[in-house]
Amino acid sequence: MAAVEQIGRAGRAAPRPFWTIGRLRVAALVFIFALWEIAGASGLFYRGVLPSSYLVVWALLGLLTSVEFWFHAGVTGLEVLVAFVLGCSAGALAGLLLGANRYFGAVMEPFLHYLAPTPKIVFLPILLILFGVGMGSKIALGAISSFFPMALGVAAGVRQVNPVLLRVGRTFSLSRFQMVRMIYLPALVPSLATGLRIGLGISIVGCLMSEIKLSRMGLGFSAMEYYRVFDIPSMLAVLIFIFFCAALGNVAIDKFVRLPGPQDRQKRKWSGFTRRFT
Amino acid sequence: MSDATIGSRRSFWRPPPLLARLGVLAGLLGLWEGASYAGLINAFIAPPPSAIFASFEMLFVQEGLINAFVRTFAEALAAASIGSVIGISVGYALHRYKMAGLAYTDWVAAMASAPLVLLYPLFLVIFGRNSATIVAMGVVGCLPPIILKAKEGLDGVRPVLLNVGRAYGLSRWAMFSMIEFPAALPTIFSGIRIGLLFAIINVVGVEYLIVFGGLGQMISDLGDRFEIPGMYAGILFVVLVSICFFFITEKIEKWLLSSK
Repeated sequence: MAAVEQIGRAGRAAPRPFWTIGRLRVAALVFIFALWEIAGASGLFYRGVLPSSYLVVWALLGLLTSVEFWFHAGVTGLEVLVAFVLGCSAGALAGLLLGANRYFGAVMEPFLHYLAPTPKIVFLPILLILFGVGMGSKIALGAISSFFPMALGVAAGVRQVNPVLLRVGRTFSLSRFQMVRMIYLPALVPSLATGLRIGLGISIVGCLMSEIKLSRMGLGFSAMEYYRVFDIPSMLAVLIFIFFCAALGNVAIDKFVRLPGPQDRQKRKWSGFTRRFT
Repeated sequence: MSDATIGSRRSFWRPPPLLARLGVLAGLLGLWEGASYAGLINAFIAPPPSAIFASFEMLFVQEGLINAFVRTFAEALAAASIGSVIGISVGYALHRYKMAGLAYTDWVAAMASAPLVLLYPLFLVIFGRNSATIVAMGVVGCLPPIILKAKEGLDGVRPVLLNVGRAYGLSRWAMFSMIEFPAALPTIFSGIRIGLLFAIINVVGVEYLIVFGGLGQMISDLGDRFEIPGMYAGILFVVLVSICFFFITEKIEKWLLSSK
């Protein structure tokens, strides 16, 4: 007993390491910030290529108070939202079908499995012909991009549903709809959350890349306009805004789709982006 | 569809999945071809498959498909190689220094889901419109999976193996090169494999966007010239190439895992 107490005391008395997680993170941020400023001021790069951060912040404030910027942001936001909703719902439906019927899955899933890691941007010329240079082609590319991870994730999720639960459902002679609502859906929450998170990221990429390629409005267009006139601070400000929105979206998905246990969530974060390939 | 119907269907003969898959593919192509001849599909928007396959010759002879492929492949490979060296080193550091691992692994995971490819204008102003930008974007794309998988692999090395190394009094480098690295290799390889795929996606994407070198540029050019069957053939080629990559690397990964 005394020995145990002593160990406990010794454990408590052990000095806390100086480099805690918080301090390490702050240090890394300061380091990156300093590196950026020094590299920008060093003259190694052309003037204005790495503008000082206060210029970027200034440009960001300027953008946030301009009506034109919010118009572009609204266009992109609408595109991403529609693409994300269309792609993810189609993906979830396809995933359910593939997972629910073993034979159908075995026949059709390899198509998705092998098409998933292809660069979707190469389909843009076809989508431009089909939907024109307006928002339609951007939405289509975003939707196609987010379809695959969702479909594959959900199909795998359906197959991993605990068979005992399915047997319980059958014992209670649940209808097909009740099976989906009471057994499949709750078991599918992690797959859905992963699909939504990856889907959001790549539908943003899909929409913005097609805007960059060919469009007259949207944040991608606006970033490229700033690049053309070499207004790098404003270009970076647009990119920062995009990254901020993407991060916000991820946080929202995490909050909205509640995941079991912090440890599982950690694991899922890791496996999330590899899911569409494995 | 209830279980009863599934049960009753099982009594019918079903072709093996591979055969059924080929049948579905052939059926879709035939339908497309037929609809095109019947005038149901505008041949300008979607040329019939026969015209698409026929224009492959043009791609090889006039558009330099082989050169474009070699160039894209070389850029993606260069990106994945640079990414592997940096990624494995960072992954090792995150594994070796536990506090750093706890502090930064989440950041790397966040990077993996962030739309990093959109950073390419920044690289464009730093490196200019050349291969360096494309390779750099490939590296940016492939780093997160390689780092995460390297750390995961190294974290998962069995303690028994490490104890053997300690018993022999191995140096840190010997420990890494003789025990930790070989033991973690299958996981590290799966990271490199995903990294290579991400690198191809980014390389082709940036080539397409800045219309410079390789397959991406070829597709962009063909589209701009309204060479529609050729454009479809080019897109099909990119899809087939990435499928081949995916397939081959998948087999290698399985082989590595089985020989572990």
